Amino acid sequence: MEHLDPGTLEPWNFGTLELWNIGTLEPWNPGTLEHWNPGTLEHWNPGTLNNMRGFIIKEFYHIFRDVRTMIILFGMPVVQILLFGFALTNEIKNARIAVLDYSKDDVTAEILAKITSSGYFILEENLVSENQIEDKFRQGKIKQVIIFEDNFAESIENGKKAGIHIIGDASDPNTANLLANYTQAIIKDYQASLLMSQSAIPVLITPEPKLLFNPELKSVFMFVPGIITILLMLVCAMMTSISIAREKEIGTMEILLVSPLKPIHIILGKVTPYVVLSLINAISILLLGYFVFGMPMRGNLVLLLLEAILFIFMALSMGILISTISKTQQIALMISLAGLMLPTILLSGFIFPVENMPEVLQIISNLMPSKWFIIIIKGIMLKGVGLQYIWKETLIIILMTAFFIGLSVRNFKIRLT
Amino acid sequence: MTDKEHIIVVENLVKKFGSFVANDHLNFFVKKGEIFGFLGANGAGKTTAIKILCGLWKPTSGMIKVAGFDVYRETEKIKRNIGYMSQKFSLYDDMTIGENFTFFGGIYGLTSKVIRERMTFFLKKLGIEDYKDRVIQSLPLGWKQKLAFSIAVMHRPAIVFLDEPTSGVDPVTRRQFWDMIYETAHEGITVFLTTHYMDEAEYCERISIMVDGRIEALDTPAELKKQFECESMEEVFVRLARRYSKSSVISHQSSVRN
Repeated sequence: MEHLDPGTLEPWNFGTLELWNIGTLEPWNPGTLEHWNPGTLEHWNPGTLNNMRGFIIKEFYHIFRDVRTMIILFGMPVVQILLFGFALTNEIKNARIAVLDYSKDDVTAEILAKITSSGYFILEENLVSENQIEDKFRQGKIKQVIIFEDNFAESIENGKKAGIHIIGDASDPNTANLLANYTQAIIKDYQASLLMSQSAIPVLITPEPKLLFNPELKSVFMFVPGIITILLMLVCAMMTSISIAREKEIGTMEILLVSPLKPIHIILGKVTPYVVLSLINAISILLLGYFVFGMPMRGNLVLLLLEAILFIFMALSMGILISTISKTQQIALMISLAGLMLPTILLSGFIFPVENMPEVLQIISNLMPSKWFIIIIKGIMLKGVGLQYIWKETLIIILMTAFFIGLSVRNFKIRLT
Repeated sequence: MTDKEHIIVVENLVKKFGSFVANDHLNFFVKKGEIFGFLGANGAGKTTAIKILCGLWKPTSGMIKVAGFDVYRETEKIKRNIGYMSQKFSLYDDMTIGENFTFFGGIYGLTSKVIRERMTFFLKKLGIEDYKDRVIQSLPLGWKQKLAFSIAVMHRPAIVFLDEPTSGVDPVTRRQFWDMIYETAHEGITVFLTTHYMDEAEYCERISIMVDGRIEALDTPAELKKQFECESMEEVFVRLARRYSKSSVISHQSSVRN
């Protein structure tokens, strides 16, 4: 290197930095790093990983001292395994059914006994007329109706066809299909046992399954309501909570509170864009479902939109509540995901039927607003019900909304005093 | 000094949180157009007092009037007549300078015409008119501070509260910032600020120093230095803290020293 001479500076020679002596530093020769000895540190030899060890230990500190990370690392897998193992099965147990028995003889009684003792079914009600069937399904308590035709036992003895009708509620196509299969299997079993014990006359019990509301068992009928619910939760609850937490985190919430803006204005201003956006989203999904997937819209469109707006308010109030207990966006995100989205997907009956879950989880499922909303949507779209069938679920959502809002206001007031 | 010229009047302000007394019978006033330094160690109760003066929290007891309005019943009017600049600078990072002015101006009820006028005025003063459409995130810290201050006084409030406004900026920027503060005070806006930089304390017209919830000193910097026989405000601060602090660490040091 040539002399570098920027004015009054001494000639600075790149070759060796020999005379550079800051107190105790030894002459530093960039050729080998041997003589680097800044006081008490030993020669640094990249062969051993001593300094990296310290770094790894530090990372463990971060993990073990953060409750949230621990919950995710250790709690979630355990919870999920337990859930999937015990609760989230696609098998059905204790499905509620109704029976319309025109014969009421011992054969039908035997078949019924087999069915109810199988563990899959619970006999909820004995119907007296076919007119009741549609209504029962609309109410949503019965998953399946079994109809025994007239003169059942006689038909069997005379070698004639004895008919059993199986009518399932296919607004949940998986469940309906499974239940129909179970029933048919039980009946076949009975038939086989009859064949063995009877004379040479062949026995013919022909079950005819009929799936109401969703004859083609399109699973999209199950997914569209679920997707709308999750979307509204995502946009209205999670995004709102994150947005409010962000103001707190970057410090602008302070400014807003000191300004003439009233707190109610701040909140309304925060949630309005999300309301608009989520309504647009929900309507798009409905349109897509209707036109592209053939999802029926048998009920009242206005009622559906009103219920959707109610659910939006509910999701917003949850988002606001979460933001009052979250100091940072990250916390808001985690609470929303772990406390809202995951339980909604797993426990609301969206994918896994609630009836199979242990009592505890069924109770928890009742606390999920999404569960009630899915019932409402399916009711309106697939079964065409009016308000008189879903007033209970609607009321529950209204009460939940009031509760969340009340709690949020209380939290807010506490911070202000 | 008549009451009319006191823009902030505080008499026996007490603020308790449960049994903890954050503000213990504070008594002071701030004159109109004054630059008032509100000092104290961390945890002495400054932030609590400021929040009460801004109308955010209600006092436990005491008479407080800010800009002539009562802190118990007229907080809305107080909020409309004060400006506030927080330590974190409170500007929206993902919005431009222009958009921030528009937003905050709107909150304080300024019309778009007025907002445009004031914005042009401040941008010209700072020499950054060409940067009106720059996003805040891309600006250097010193600019953000001065912009935050401009926005805080944009609506010509009676008082502007500055919470540690110069933390983290270089000395040159600090000096420029203080020029802005002087100009603002000159126009009649009272400046109420807190700071940990003791040299800035010297720039204030009067200072109060809080220790453990009480005001233990209130006077001009010159008088305080004379009273405590110190050369600098820093020494005054340290002496006061040692003498009055109930913290055993600090008072132990003082007893050893004396």
